[in-house]
Amino acid sequence: MGTYAYPSYPYRAPDVVGAEAPRASVVIVGGGQVGLTMALDLAQRGTACVVLDEDNTVSDGSRAICQAKRSLEIWDRLGVAAPMMQKGVTWNEGHVFYRDEQLYAFNMQENPHSPFPAFINIQQYYVEQFLVERAQQEALIDLRWCHRVAGMTSNATGASLHVETPDGSYTQPCDWLIAADGVRSTIRGQMGLSFTGQVFEDHFLIADIVMQREGPAIRRFYFDPPWGPEASALMHRQSDNVWRLDFQLGWDVDREEELRDENVFARIRRMIGPDTPFELEWKSLYTFQCRSIERYRHDRVLFVGDAAHQVSPFGARGGNGGVQDADNLAWKLALVVDGSADPALLDTYDAERRFAADENILNSTRATDFITPKTRVSEVYRNAVLDLARDHAFARTLVNSGRLSVPAHLTSSPLNGVDELQGPVGPGSPVPALPVDGASSASARHLIGLVGQGFVLLVFGNQPEALRVDGRIPVEVLCEGRDFSDPSGEIAAAFGATDGGAILIRPDQHVMASWKVPTAADLSAALATVSGERA
Amino acid sequence: MSGLRHDPNIADPDGFYQELIDAVQRLSSDDALAFSARLNLLLANHVGDRTVVREAIAAARQGLVDQQGLENKS
Repeated sequence: MGTYAYPSYPYRAPDVVGAEAPRASVVIVGGGQVGLTMALDLAQRGTACVVLDEDNTVSDGSRAICQAKRSLEIWDRLGVAAPMMQKGVTWNEGHVFYRDEQLYAFNMQENPHSPFPAFINIQQYYVEQFLVERAQQEALIDLRWCHRVAGMTSNATGASLHVETPDGSYTQPCDWLIAADGVRSTIRGQMGLSFTGQVFEDHFLIADIVMQREGPAIRRFYFDPPWGPEASALMHRQSDNVWRLDFQLGWDVDREEELRDENVFARIRRMIGPDTPFELEWKSLYTFQCRSIERYRHDRVLFVGDAAHQVSPFGARGGNGGVQDADNLAWKLALVVDGSADPALLDTYDAERRFAADENILNSTRATDFITPKTRVSEVYRNAVLDLARDHAFARTLVNSGRLSVPAHLTSSPLNGVDELQGPVGPGSPVPALPVDGASSASARHLIGLVGQGFVLLVFGNQPEALRVDGRIPVEVLCEGRDFSDPSGEIAAAFGATDGGAILIRPDQHVMASWKVPTAADLSAALATVSGERA
Repeated sequence: MSGLRHDPNIADPDGFYQELIDAVQRLSSDDALAFSARLNLLLANHVGDRTVVREAIAAARQGLVDQQGLENKS
């Protein structure tokens, strides 16, 4: 008996069997971490959706356990960060060991004001459970459990899904289809899209164990651990006294043999010592690949999360990357669905998130090349780095046990406008969580909490011109001193804002443009790149 | 700083060469390889300039060709 009781969500028989259901505006295939985030974000922006999931429960096993600050900021915007913070284990530090000594430690929290830590560790089933519970309160989300997509067709005006249920099958037409159906995506397969990249020849064994153990929650990574034959090992604390152990086994292993309880137990014992009692909660033997499909938008079909791209687990860039996909796509799709923007806006989802996926794949591939050297010579260099790291600080910067997920800075986005202020936080970067005083909403004590609904223009000092915008997309103007205050001056410094300066923030809390003294025409032109209207 | 130096820059070249060989010649092949890797990393960090290091990597690679069947790690 494990520490978690899997919920059973209510299955509802389809209204029509053997026929066509009423056309939906948006269908999301896959009710996992990414699909549910997408559904909640759409609902918050007033867009209805149907979520089809093949079973009626949450993630089987703890799976993606490290949730990054950016994911928590996104979930906070969707009103679901609080239960995750309450359940999760907070951590900011990683410690790296080589043989029997600690090489160095690093701290991922770069903003002392942030209401969220660099990471929490939380089993994926909890994340999904909290997202489902939130989604169940949303009238705009139609959750259909045990509705499995078995086939699909698509064209320039939408898609049509063949859906199977315990009571028979039906056809579900839709205007927009979101494929959030994971690494083995049915939609991707049905569309015949090639999913290519690099395969890594190494096996890893995950063992989640329950044990009572004190000490701070930190990420522990061991190269060539002294207790056993593993090439590396990783240890993470999760909720409910569950600990994630991850062992690197090598390529030539007998999978069945490695998964036998006595062999798994022997590895665990060598790592945690002979005395600590433990129970094995979950085990999984895996290999991995880093790969992506070529385009994330195919007319009316959009790919998010692992359905679009797959990375190695070192760096926690899979789940967190997928949540950022949803964050990027939801506001754009909502604007397109309600007629405020041309569908061409969705091409910027493809451009921005493929850029981010490339960055995630690059980081994840480099980490994997370090952890799993491909040749004897690359192993010699890897070990030279580790040997030097003890006494030479520079070598510690070369040690790569995973470059952990950070938000994408969309610096080359086609949506980015001018950057007249040239501040440290410029177009394409997410808004930092800096403190604000006297914010109109009591809950919004941080700048990031003031933005995230529609477009927002932050203005500093005197504005010579009334900043009215007449296009289809409204902009909320927030003036420093009137709508929020910047007591420490840190916000102005972050953006490089001087008297009259203004910063345009997108609905996904990313900076879009900055001006020294904007005119209404500047603002209208920037928003016209979003809507597709002629400025 | 402009690129990798090709002109002589080491005082007492014979002495330097002897030091280098003395350090490595009684090592096993494996340890000699480890030594070379460490020395490369230390010197590359000291130089720091990515352009210079990139030019040095290219100069060292000149005339050497990729092997088909790479020796797999043990």
